[in-house]
Amino acid sequence: MWHFPLGLILLAFGLVWIGASRKPPGHVGSGGISAPRAGFLAPDFALEDESGGLVQLSDLRGQAVLVNIWASWCAPCRAEMPAMQRVYETMQGSGFTILAVNATHQDSREAALAFAARHGLTFPILFDSDGSVARLYENRALPSSYFIDPDGRIREVVIGGPMAEALLITRVEQLLPGQD
Amino acid sequence: MFPVLQIGSLAVQVPGLLLLVGLWIGLSAAEKHAPKFGLHPDPLYKLVLAALLSGIIGARLFYVARFPAPFLANPVDFLSLNPGLLDPAGGLAAALIGALLTGQRLGMRLFPTLDALVPFFAVLQIATGFSNLSSGNAYGYSTDLPWAVSLWGAARHPSQVYQILAGSLILWQFWPRKRVVESLPPGTFFFQFVTVSSFAWLFLDAFREDSPAFSNGIRTFQVVAWALAAAGMAAWYLLQKTNRRRTNG
Repeated sequence: MWHFPLGLILLAFGLVWIGASRKPPGHVGSGGISAPRAGFLAPDFALEDESGGLVQLSDLRGQAVLVNIWASWCAPCRAEMPAMQRVYETMQGSGFTILAVNATHQDSREAALAFAARHGLTFPILFDSDGSVARLYENRALPSSYFIDPDGRIREVVIGGPMAEALLITRVEQLLPGQD
Repeated sequence: MFPVLQIGSLAVQVPGLLLLVGLWIGLSAAEKHAPKFGLHPDPLYKLVLAALLSGIIGARLFYVARFPAPFLANPVDFLSLNPGLLDPAGGLAAALIGALLTGQRLGMRLFPTLDALVPFFAVLQIATGFSNLSSGNAYGYSTDLPWAVSLWGAARHPSQVYQILAGSLILWQFWPRKRVVESLPPGTFFFQFVTVSSFAWLFLDAFREDSPAFSNGIRTFQVVAWALAAAGMAAWYLLQKTNRRRTNG
């Protein structure tokens, strides 16, 4: 029967193909390209916070960062904020921070600040007044969350919500150095 | 790339929706052709449903077992709809166990059942390709070939389209034609499908940039695909040998 030797040849070819197509040593994600998806460097941005200071994402290298794009009128965004605050309080000291990027171009600074005050949010609230960050992150739905490791690389993107606290905790623990 | 369909305040995840459509079409195709394998469609439907349900529950249980502390602190998160709180390998194992137990309870014969499920798996392969195309997952290496697509900051191999094309060819090849199906010993159709699909997977994974790899650069999925191809081929060979012996004896 001719199938058997042909099968063995194919399997041998498969092994050669596996060896020939292996990734180069030290290959990490997509090199230096930045794009809003897992495996790529997080696109850099600088936005104003509630006190008028400028916060730049790339300045936070060395820390695990959760970039969360949200609006005060968005129900799932509102629902996940208390869990984010609890995780922030617990893990802030371990090198983790949250940048809550308010989609101000489709919300208002006042509504965002009122929401943050009502829920006692202590992590930085940034204002994307012209929608530039939403465009940079190809944002199509609210909320959208980007888990970024200390090297500035996006590890996971979560579109939609609300995120469970368990999801936040496990992802942040995986981002922090020495816990991968 | 079209990951989210915004309908009013509802954000529909298109990749998941495409997988669901694939499940439905695949299951309908398998049910339609079940009689060619000597099976009634109803148990097949129950089997797939049981596998799906046990897979989802198992995936969550495995995830909770891996990371128990956050769930002990917030037990309600056990019921969270976040797909990120599912363990894929655990889900696959649970789906297999669920399918085996259900098949046994319904008195289904293993090999004809596997044969009858081939259209289901074949359609699901194509649906996975469309799902990846919509999410931008399983993206290819950068290339300057004329059919490269612009994705994630570079011109890349359209690896998702390769997956769809390969899946379509496999579906065409393994569409259950009565004459072909009846000429094969039970189980052979399924193991042929596993072998061919695994080789396609092994070949195409080389064009993907985001596929996981061991520390020496060997791609994990290729190793799994090679092992599946070898197992499928061995089972195919043994079934034919056993059948020939039975026919001659």
